[in-house]
Amino acid sequence: MAYDYTPYPYVPPKGLTQAEPRHPVAIVGAGPIGLAMAIDLAQRGVPSVVLDDNNVVSVGSRAICWAKRTLEIFDRLGVGERMLAKGVTWKIGRQFHGNQEVYAFDLLPEDGHKYPAFINLQQYYVEEYLIDRARDFPGLIDLRFKNRVVDHADRGDHTVLNIETPDGPYTLEADWMIACDGAGSPTRNRMGLSFEGQTFQEQFLIADIEMKDSPFGDAAVPERWFWFDPPFHNGKSALLHMQPDNIYRIDLQLDVDADAKLEASEDKVIPRIRAIVGDKPFRLDWVSVYKFRCIKLDRFVHGRVIFVGDSAHVVSPFGARGGNGGIQDVDNLGWKLAAVIAGHANADLIGTYHDERSHGSAENILNSSRATNFMTPKTPIEALFRAEALRLAHDQPFARRILNSGRLSMPCSLEGFALQTPGAAQVPPGSPLIDAPLAGDHGETWLLREVQGDFTLVGFGDVALPDVPDFRCIGVGQRAADYPCFTATHGHATRRYGSDIAYLFRPDGHVAAAFRHPSAEDVARAVARAMGKTPEAA
Amino acid sequence: MTIYPDRLSPRQDDVYNALMDAHEGLSEAESHALNARLILLMANQIGDLGVLRDLLTTARGYSHD
Ligand SMILES: Cc1cc2nc3c(=O)[nH]c(=O)nc-3n(C[C@H](O)[C@H](O)[C@H](O)COP(=O)(O)OP(=O)(O)OC[C@H]3O[C@@H](n4cnc5c(N)ncnc54)[C@H](O)[C@@H]3O)c2cc1C
Repeated sequence: MAYDYTPYPYVPPKGLTQAEPRHPVAIVGAGPIGLAMAIDLAQRGVPSVVLDDNNVVSVGSRAICWAKRTLEIFDRLGVGERMLAKGVTWKIGRQFHGNQEVYAFDLLPEDGHKYPAFINLQQYYVEEYLIDRARDFPGLIDLRFKNRVVDHADRGDHTVLNIETPDGPYTLEADWMIACDGAGSPTRNRMGLSFEGQTFQEQFLIADIEMKDSPFGDAAVPERWFWFDPPFHNGKSALLHMQPDNIYRIDLQLDVDADAKLEASEDKVIPRIRAIVGDKPFRLDWVSVYKFRCIKLDRFVHGRVIFVGDSAHVVSPFGARGGNGGIQDVDNLGWKLAAVIAGHANADLIGTYHDERSHGSAENILNSSRATNFMTPKTPIEALFRAEALRLAHDQPFARRILNSGRLSMPCSLEGFALQTPGAAQVPPGSPLIDAPLAGDHGETWLLREVQGDFTLVGFGDVALPDVPDFRCIGVGQRAADYPCFTATHGHATRRYGSDIAYLFRPDGHVAAAFRHPSAEDVARAVARAMGKTPEAA
Repeated sequence: MTIYPDRLSPRQDDVYNALMDAHEGLSEAESHALNARLILLMANQIGDLGVLRDLLTTARGYSHD
């Protein structure tokens, strides 16, 4: 059954009839990133107004693959479990050359994690769940559909937005404006910021089909199947994914000069799909032809305007680094902006959002563009190397790993950036959180549940945690203490983090520092550093 | 001699892209010439005729159908 796009109600905003008090935050765009941003801020007590020009969730074939780290962030935002329950869980990717399987990878070969390597869930469900969640904060999230931002000005210590509604225009002031208005960002265009990078000439047909029978062979296990030069689509590549509601995503590389409109017509599409699924009955849910780009903004922060998600960076989808990258932007910015608004940190902390996420985005672009380049050789020599790598991949392990159909989204390390206190540890400062199961006085839990959201000092094994007032401390595998202690279920936590060591986690789960013998001063200094305070000011 | 299963990962993408970058902007003939020079340089670097013969036999062993 096709997704039912129920429109969300438009309510005439107050600003149409009277001046609104200045808002701390205006978020432009209620895609997955704008919505997640509003929820993150609301959970920290920061109110925001979210403006979207539309009144339905994402239409058509867009994001489906959500990575483990994203799900962990969504867990903190209160939608992770709902996504997991509805989504199709997978972790194996298989690569075929012709009709022969040449290489399979397992993205999460170990257990002891709350979330799987990946789920597939249509972007419209993700947005629906986020909107439902946003409605848990009626006093903090003011979600305005059919409110198009048509102009804005940065006034130094605040911004002014001009908005159009079905009832006419109004203006609104906000201390901070967060542009989550997508790849075509009108905010970015209005500011004249250059957004240039690699555009791939190849076109890709993306079809979502509903089908009762699984195309994933006899075992019918949902996986990621990728073909180089499949028998059903000569000389090109193809990708297959399963989504909930018996919907399958088929992604087919087309010729550079293919006629996009013609290629998206049923007459062209149905035979292409028949060649893959045979005579199994199916329904076409959505068809589109895409060209992909890999680009990022030079700077994500411009005065009082902050770019988050696709407005700041776009990638080709091989590796699922678009939406997943954007959610990590949110995770990085939320606690920093809340600290600045509360006066706990200096506005310079926002600059570190650019430093850290621009780095993450560059890594995503590198991986996505390499995968797309591998799929679409540009010269006869590139084609020759690719063909011979494929030939060798049938029996040479090294060549299998050269095949690149997408290096799937992984969180970046922030090692070496200013907020982290350098140090040696099994999980070095800068690393993203690694989940592990724990058991405590209130039953079973997960490390991610206990550390995400706030700064947290975690002692693993025999290490004494200092007394830091008003600070969240927990122990893992420690004897009773005056802070909550947990045992490491099946030893996963201590195996992953080591023993007799304390880790300081940032609110977004990245390791800020690690200590063998933490003193109260050490911890305070590391926290101050992670809050962007210079040693003198701390 | 056996061929090493994999000495490139986890940096296989860096290696592969370094190769592609080396060919950037060359004509096809220039690229073939570059490949020939590269093989000669690598042969010298390996410096062992036995190893080289094994590699040549392996490379030659794939059918072109
Ligand atoms: C074919 C395809 C497959 C993909 N697959 C994946 C995947 O598997 N995994 C993944 O993580 N990512 C994937 N992506 C990327 C993913 O869809 C995007 O990264 C994601 O949608 C970005 O979210 P966003 O909120 O930043 O932008 P958008 O989703 O584009 O949302 C922007 C919002 O801003 C609103 N807006 C725009 N202008 C204005 C204005 N002037 N005033 C008010 N509102 C405005 C729009 O209406 C929209 O609601 C895929 C993309 C494509 C195209």
